[in-house]
Amino acid sequence: MDRIPILKMGQFLLVTIQVDLYDRLALNLENDLINMVSKTGARGVLIDISAVSIVDSFMGRILGNIASMSRIMDAETVVVGMQPAVAITLVELGLTLQGVYTALDVEKGMELLHDKIGTIEHPEDEEEEAPHDDID
Amino acid sequence: MQIVREQDVVPFRNRVKEFATKIGMSLVNQTKLITAASELVRNMLKYANGGKILLEIISKNAQTGVRLTFIDEGPGITDIKQAMQDGFSTGKSLGLGLPGAKRLVNEFDLKSKPGEGTTVTVTHWKNGR
Ligand SMILES: Nc1ncnc2c1ncn2[C@@H]1O[C@H](COP(=O)(O)OP(=O)(O)OP(=O)(O)O)[C@@H](O)[C@H]1O
Ligand SMILES: [Mg+2]
Repeated sequence: MDRIPILKMGQFLLVTIQVDLYDRLALNLENDLINMVSKTGARGVLIDISAVSIVDSFMGRILGNIASMSRIMDAETVVVGMQPAVAITLVELGLTLQGVYTALDVEKGMELLHDKIGTIEHPEDEEEEAPHDDID
Repeated sequence: MQIVREQDVVPFRNRVKEFATKIGMSLVNQTKLITAASELVRNMLKYANGGKILLEIISKNAQTGVRLTFIDEGPGITDIKQAMQDGFSTGKSLGLGLPGAKRLVNEFDLKSKPGEGTTVTVTHWKNGR
């Protein structure tokens, strides 16, 4: 069965969605991620959707589910790389990705996750207080 | 184009993309149209077990656009006004599909007869107006 690979990076799980998902694949991802969070005790989930050109209410719901289920297991979810056209469309569609944080790219997403769970990634540039794109 | 199962959704969206690209529709407008189409094809599958979709490139008053007609022979919609409201769903869902699709496209028309089926026609112009 088709599956999207999930990478474990320290206390985070990283998923890069490379294609427009059909429903089965999206549902598998939801299940796999939630299982992984519970198995590994990961504190954060980072989903890169920069290659995704369409997010409809189905896909939006999956992202929301992942975030709310992860939160129950004490992990935060950040969706990164949403294409501007997708963001504009989601607003008009009326879909708010509840409980899902967003960031511009993977790096910013990581920063945001560290921020959320209270770990400091680069103690040396602590004073800079890097801005993050929390459009929640 | 015939739609009978969930796996038909992505190929259908690709067809819509081809049509929109062919007339030079901007990326944002393409995304809006395809997302609306995605909502409508899902409804068709979920509530009417599929149906067929007509894809056309149309011209009116020196405007070019893509028109999609979703035709199913499902149970139909008794109260269209209610179905068009944000948050109304008989499928325990968000109830965003119909009203959201309407917001995303330039022209939206829904006709339905209980017991006979539902036809939704959407048109999106090249420049999105
Ligand atoms: N093709 C159809 N045939 C019969 N009933 C339909 C059809 N399309 C929509 N409906 C009815 O209209 C209601 C509203 O549809 P809409 O797409 O707005 O919401 P939804 O499908 O329930 O939720 P969402 O699209 O947010 O997942 C549906 O719950 C269903 O009762
Ligand atoms: Mg729907």
